[in-house]
Amino acid sequence: MSRNSKRKAKKARNGIFCGLVYLFLFLPISVIVVNSTNATTSKPYLSWKGFTLDWYVKLFDNTQLLQSFGNTMIIAVVSTLLATIIGTIGAVGIYRYHFRGKGIINGLLYIPVVIPEIVLGISLLTIFSKVNIPRGMLTLILAHVTFSVPFVIFNVRARLSGYDKSIEEASMDLGANRLTTFMRITLPVLAPGIAGGALLAFTLSIDDVIISYFVNGQTKTYPLKVMESIKSGVAPDVNALSTLILIATILLVVLTQSGIFSKNKEHS
Amino acid sequence: MEKAHAKHQWRSNTLPALLTVGPVTLVLVLLVAIPLIYVVVMSFCSIDQYYNVQLQFTLDNYKRLVSANYMKIYAQSILIAFVTTLLCILIGYPFSYIIARTQSRRKKLLYMLVIIPFWTNSLIRIYGWRTFLGTNGWLNTVLQFLHLTKEPLDLLYKQGTTILGMVYCLIPFMILPLYTAIEKLDGSLLEASADLGAKPVVTFIKVILPLTSSGIFSGSIMVFIPCLGYFFVSDILGGGNSDVIGNLIERQFQSGNNWPLGAALSIILIVITLVLVKLYQRMGGDMDSLGV
Amino acid sequence: MGYIVEINGVNKIYGKNHVVKDLDLKVEEGEFLTLLGSSGCGKTTTLRMVAGFEEPTSGSILVEGEPIEEKEPFERNVNTVFQSYALFPHMTIFDNIAYGLRIKKVPKAEIKSRVTEMMELVQLEGFEKRYPSQLSGGQKQRVAIARALINRPKVLLLDEPLGALDLKLRKQMQLELKRLQKKLNITFIYVTHDQEEALTMSDRIAIMHDGILDQLGTPTEIYEQPRTKFVATFIGETNIFDGAVVKVDGGLITVNVENGSIVGTGQDFRESEYISVSVRPEKMKFSDTPVENFSIQAVVKDYIYVGSVIKCIVLLPNGNELKIERLAGETLPKPGSVIYPYWNPEDAVLIHTQSDKIFEAIENITFS
Repeated sequence: MSRNSKRKAKKARNGIFCGLVYLFLFLPISVIVVNSTNATTSKPYLSWKGFTLDWYVKLFDNTQLLQSFGNTMIIAVVSTLLATIIGTIGAVGIYRYHFRGKGIINGLLYIPVVIPEIVLGISLLTIFSKVNIPRGMLTLILAHVTFSVPFVIFNVRARLSGYDKSIEEASMDLGANRLTTFMRITLPVLAPGIAGGALLAFTLSIDDVIISYFVNGQTKTYPLKVMESIKSGVAPDVNALSTLILIATILLVVLTQSGIFSKNKEHS
Repeated sequence: MEKAHAKHQWRSNTLPALLTVGPVTLVLVLLVAIPLIYVVVMSFCSIDQYYNVQLQFTLDNYKRLVSANYMKIYAQSILIAFVTTLLCILIGYPFSYIIARTQSRRKKLLYMLVIIPFWTNSLIRIYGWRTFLGTNGWLNTVLQFLHLTKEPLDLLYKQGTTILGMVYCLIPFMILPLYTAIEKLDGSLLEASADLGAKPVVTFIKVILPLTSSGIFSGSIMVFIPCLGYFFVSDILGGGNSDVIGNLIERQFQSGNNWPLGAALSIILIVITLVLVKLYQRMGGDMDSLGV
Repeated sequence: MGYIVEINGVNKIYGKNHVVKDLDLKVEEGEFLTLLGSSGCGKTTTLRMVAGFEEPTSGSILVEGEPIEEKEPFERNVNTVFQSYALFPHMTIFDNIAYGLRIKKVPKAEIKSRVTEMMELVQLEGFEKRYPSQLSGGQKQRVAIARALINRPKVLLLDEPLGALDLKLRKQMQLELKRLQKKLNITFIYVTHDQEEALTMSDRIAIMHDGILDQLGTPTEIYEQPRTKFVATFIGETNIFDGAVVKVDGGLITVNVENGSIVGTGQDFRESEYISVSVRPEKMKFSDTPVENFSIQAVVKDYIYVGSVIKCIVLLPNGNELKIERLAGETLPKPGSVIYPYWNPEDAVLIHTQSDKIFEAIENITFS
């Protein structure tokens, strides 16, 4: 076989393999999307009864579901905000200053990342119950901040290591004090790392199942509401909501990607 | 001079350090360190008849947990995690390799296509698999429709199904670090290897594999450890036949109401995690490549 | 009239490293002073102490008569041009240059006119909206200079600013910087390891070596009258002969060195004192017959043609090489010939060695 035809065969083989993997990844997604249009009305909502978009309308009557989604959003936004702030200034501080206990803090940071989520979940549950903090939105937010902060720190730290410290010295040399330098120089240059960390924190928060399962009390988050429905049979309106979220995220990604290309260059 | 120096040190070093690292330290101590210490303490406690935790030192929990029944589940968990990790490597590595080294203009799109499914709720995706694989599910319906099978395949509630679910949930944690490691590979090294007479297989074993091993290691850690705790996958797809340690813990905190026992189970899980992390570090794993 | 910058008894110690040792340096207003030395000699540390990024372990630094060791960098009236340029990557060139003015809350209109004026001065008109990543090394250099100068500092500190530029651009920038300095009449304190650069640009050079200021003087003084062996060998090329003084005859000093005896002129040298004699290659002469007062013999090894000048490699009996420079066009002896090197005694620089200085000091104590 000539080299060219060998190469083509290899390319085809690779293409098929990747195609199969993508198929594997998207299979359940398609089940969800398709089932959101299922006209079935009785539990366990598994057999196909025809195509309908009714569920997308009925979805908005399901106050419990919508409320759980609202809770998830609030928790995600608040915990991401907190985790980003704490994580960003923490990363800058750890990277920049020398102090005793730096090693311990570095070590502690890895715990939420490496340890199975269930251990984090129950440990928070036990301490919250010992200290008598009622489980609900507050504990959920605290829990989400806890597992998000290390991810923010790692992302920002990655950006810090390629960072030319002399621009901060230049800023102070030109008359800006430490706070001004941080706000006008450090933060903007670190922005991509901060954004990456924040995005990761947000994603982790929206989809969190295990940790939220233990510290939620009576508050239902969207994943937990889904877990509840799975026991009784997932109605297509849940599928509909998931489909809508998926479409929204895809749109967001598409927008930001094309947005970057038209924005003026910001480099380092 | 001394006083001024001390003041300067405070202004330029100590105060900023406190302000920036303070909040993180607070979070880590109050919400990570102390809770974990409390779990350790609790694992040595017992409960009274009202399921209240008694602060009385006992080794009973641990004694129960080394019984044969429990050991069986530990072994099962580790086996499931091991097979899952292996499958993730076998599927994930070639996939990452092809995507990371493609010259196609759509490379970024291909990368995003891997991540997009994971923006849908993981529970509902696992449930999607159940819908697909059930006796009246899609797969069986289609197969019977095409007359490829006469009777529905019994695919659910087996260990294999749980493993499928685990692989599905965890494969991105293998693909992402592998992608990063493979992208850093210098193409000219492969050319040099070929130039020196090595066939593709040899180049793979002697050049590509060693240089991307860091990706394999960090991916493996990020797959194996969570796998031991993913109780919802085995709940939804395994139907009780393929419990992992996570299921045991969950049970003690929910229906079992035996928090100290659950705490002890968690400690065992932590110990296993630590052993694996030490192994990872011993094999040259870089802690900094986890979680990014 | 006082000095614009005074460094008095400054020491800097990092752990076990004594990086700057008892530095005394007074900078005149409007001068171009260069701190010259190889890496690790303490010149950059000294500069950073004046800028405020390092704190002296002891000693004081005065700017316009006021001590500034305790002031933060942003409280000082000095500005720095950094070695890596340190341009803010997320700001346009205009914003980079305007930064210092904006911090001081200068009115918008004035900022605009001053930035425009400064950009014209460094020949970067039209670059206002560009970003640092779009500029070449030389252009970034000029932005860094403009950004610092626009604040009208009393003193401008430059930390090896031309290091990353190619040779031709570097020579161009050297002249431009000198022109700029003269025009604006700002004091420049310049750090470099390139002695040619120092000689070209400076009004005075401070040569540092191992944390110590070896010599402070004009380029001519440094070149023609080096006071230590280090300075003699660091600046330009030279031949060093070490030996003991055997005769002091008025100003004419005869020294016994390994290969024979030589003469030079100098004051305050005693018999049997151990000294070094430095003779520049272009001052060396040779004849085919022995010369009075000199008793060194050498063999011509090779010639290297370097354009306007011919470098002669000459071997001494003990194996050492002599560096001699002659102009192209002269007739020279063939390789292999025996020659007798000599020079005009006034062209030799006699240097006390350090150990003798200590000996002197001890003597003085005993006899006073």
